[in-house]
Amino acid sequence: MIRHELTPSLKSNPRLNRWIAFLPDRTVRIATGKVEIGQGIRTALRQIAAEELDIPLTRVWIASGDTEIGPDEMYTTSSLSVSVSGASIRLVAAEAKRLLVERTARRLNCAAADVTVVDGSFFEAEETTGLDYWSVAPDIDWTVKASGRAELKPVKDYRIVGRETPREDLPAKVRGKGFLHDATPDGALHVRALRQPNPSAKLERLDEAAIVKAGGGAVEIVRRGDFVALVSANEWAVEKAAATAPARAEWSGLLDLPPEAETAAWLRGQPAVETVYGDGRPEVAATGETVEVTVSRPYIAHASIGPSAALARYDADAATLEIVSHGQGMHPLRRNLALALEINEASIHCRHADGPGCYGHNGADDAALDAAIVAMARPGQWVRSQWRREEEFGFEPVGPAMLVTARATVGADGRPKDWTTDIWSPVHVQRPGAPGVVMLAAQALRPLPPWGPPQDPPPERGYGGARNAFPLYDVGPTHIRHHMTERAPVRTSALRGLGALPNVFAIESLIDELAVKAGVDPMAYRLTLLGKVPRAQAVIERVAEISGWAARDAGGAGEGLGLAFAQYKNVAAYAAVVVKVTVAESVRLDGVWAVADAGLAVNPNGVRNQLEGGCVQGASWALKEAVKLDAGGIASRDWDSYPILKFSEIPDIVAEIIDCPDEPTLGVGECTVGPTAAAIGNAVAHALGRRIHDMPLTRDRVMATLLADEAG
Amino acid sequence: MAEIEFKLNGAPVAVKAGDDEPLLYVLRNQLGASSVRFGCGLEQCGCCVVLVDGAKAYACTLPAVSVADKLVETVEGLARPDGRPGPIQQAFLDEQAGQCGYCLSGMLMATKALLAANPTPSRADIVEALDDQLCRCGAHARIVKAVARAAGAST
Repeated sequence: MIRHELTPSLKSNPRLNRWIAFLPDRTVRIATGKVEIGQGIRTALRQIAAEELDIPLTRVWIASGDTEIGPDEMYTTSSLSVSVSGASIRLVAAEAKRLLVERTARRLNCAAADVTVVDGSFFEAEETTGLDYWSVAPDIDWTVKASGRAELKPVKDYRIVGRETPREDLPAKVRGKGFLHDATPDGALHVRALRQPNPSAKLERLDEAAIVKAGGGAVEIVRRGDFVALVSANEWAVEKAAATAPARAEWSGLLDLPPEAETAAWLRGQPAVETVYGDGRPEVAATGETVEVTVSRPYIAHASIGPSAALARYDADAATLEIVSHGQGMHPLRRNLALALEINEASIHCRHADGPGCYGHNGADDAALDAAIVAMARPGQWVRSQWRREEEFGFEPVGPAMLVTARATVGADGRPKDWTTDIWSPVHVQRPGAPGVVMLAAQALRPLPPWGPPQDPPPERGYGGARNAFPLYDVGPTHIRHHMTERAPVRTSALRGLGALPNVFAIESLIDELAVKAGVDPMAYRLTLLGKVPRAQAVIERVAEISGWAARDAGGAGEGLGLAFAQYKNVAAYAAVVVKVTVAESVRLDGVWAVADAGLAVNPNGVRNQLEGGCVQGASWALKEAVKLDAGGIASRDWDSYPILKFSEIPDIVAEIIDCPDEPTLGVGECTVGPTAAAIGNAVAHALGRRIHDMPLTRDRVMATLLADEAG
Repeated sequence: MAEIEFKLNGAPVAVKAGDDEPLLYVLRNQLGASSVRFGCGLEQCGCCVVLVDGAKAYACTLPAVSVADKLVETVEGLARPDGRPGPIQQAFLDEQAGQCGYCLSGMLMATKALLAANPTPSRADIVEALDDQLCRCGAHARIVKAVARAAGAST
């Protein structure tokens, strides 16, 4: 059933004119607060609106992420864009159509039931009326609030939603256009920042003359507090100056991190905010043998392929600031810029332009503040900030390291009787506005606000470090202890799936261990624990079928087949993944099969694209990625020191959807990431007969495991 | 500053560039070739790949003065004369081979270089030709299919 209730987005942005407008060129503008970050969101939202309005796709366009005309939907995160913004747009479009039909019926003095719509034109008893959406729309007060009670089109009548629809943004992108990065206004000033090494660092000395000289004399320096920007109309000049600038600055108050701070193991024993979830206490645990696994993942980077950039222009007479950003939320960006710049929020207009994939909270917002500071110092001129590659790696917030222990007590029937998980992790979301958290350059403008305890998303928003910590399996009472490290060595924030990957890796490792112990095939074992969740069983059975699971051998000979499952956030899409590996000195992926149930799939091709991308990113994290720290902070600042999965390491991927058109759409952006990593862990264990618990599963770790085997 | 003349996608152009200025800044900021994207400035990611006299080159480090009198090709030159997407571009669209799409300029030009040298590449040939091109979204499997499709279309 398609849900009828008002979405959170509609509750906070109830007026219809925040969402929909009928324009004179016979198009309909649909506004959304969600933005394109590589997931094809505009295409899917356009399908939903066109379907509900009964007009062709070509009559609908999406205005995405604009603080002047669109709704505030916070950030584009957590696989919520289609399930929340899409649901909102469906309700708004249905309500708009109802209002238009009712008004038309009054004008024609007939019953609303006698009015039909073809391509936006109204017919009465199959006769043309000369009226259409656009001629009637001006008669309606669009400032009314959405009721959410308009009748929705039955799914069985869908002609646009559920059909493979090419992405509307790709044609420009194969022509080298379409990105914020591609449109530099004439005469724009190019900006590069000299980054404060860490929040408490003070700039003691700066050899400005040497920096200007490095830029060939064509560079100016803008300073505000400890924020330093290099500015020039010549991009190469400012780039050269920026390359030399760090060596021309002396800072005090630098970090002095211990070498072990880069490891997940360091987290255990650090001061932590303690939270307990679940329904069982260890002291009432079942008696019996316990099985336990401890897994870890290091800090990982968003590592966007393109460095963060932004455009800004300040009009001194009107005291207005115009910002173009590829951040995940334009309304929150506007609030945060107002706080950082100490100006009125209403004087700032933020609009989104497409950027390189971010996968979470990276440097995009911070680049906007860099541009804004310089724009206010150079009124009237367009200013374009762009981060350098080493800046993108060195100063974006990173995904937290995590250490997770999962333990089950096993009954005589081989099934778990209780389940305990301990999670050690720094905070997963540090958007500006959280206690003590400001935008990056704002740390250099004035003293930091008082530190407050870190705050992960609450349970109703899917948790942070505890995301996906709760097994969907029937495991008896669960007891989840979340030890949230008070202070991480580096800035951490949201990265695709938050804690889901390490938690799914831990759960799925333990389930595999339990299956081995029970002497049951891991796929069959999972099915027995998912008797109450038929949709979970269905994705597992299907992925087993397409991956040739039935032919899986006893393993231990260097080739392995591994399976893992999760329902993202325990409320979004169900996903099961099988991977085939060969483990010689390192782990080679030979095949990946993914099956997901995402309810109504609005654009099946787009869904599969997301499933495939999640598989690759999950595999890359599991096999290769680790942020390296030194005493001063992040040390891995290029692609050589932060390698990601390459073409030669990625096999063909088979991704399938189990279509459930009568179920609500479930977010898919993150659902395969955790299961893929966990399936790799299980496949490696199958191949070696021994489990590697610490990610990434590098050649060094494989060798250490093989050598330990020989020694043992 | 040096004055340089070269051909960009077949058309003669003349620019002034710093003696050490990489081709990328000249193409983007003077010649409107926005497809040539900055990714790393280190020859590590392949976002900026262009063809110089038919060979793959990293515009982010290649000094502009070194292309004097040569032919530089970018994505802006891939479309058909009537403006429709060229065969390689169309193959990427047909496979929906991209997520964010930022890496695609480099992918398209690396594909052009591959197909010029080897019109019927195997999967292994495609993977080898693209292995220095990074994609962060995980569109690799689709990109490999798109290159194979482009090869089929051009033969």
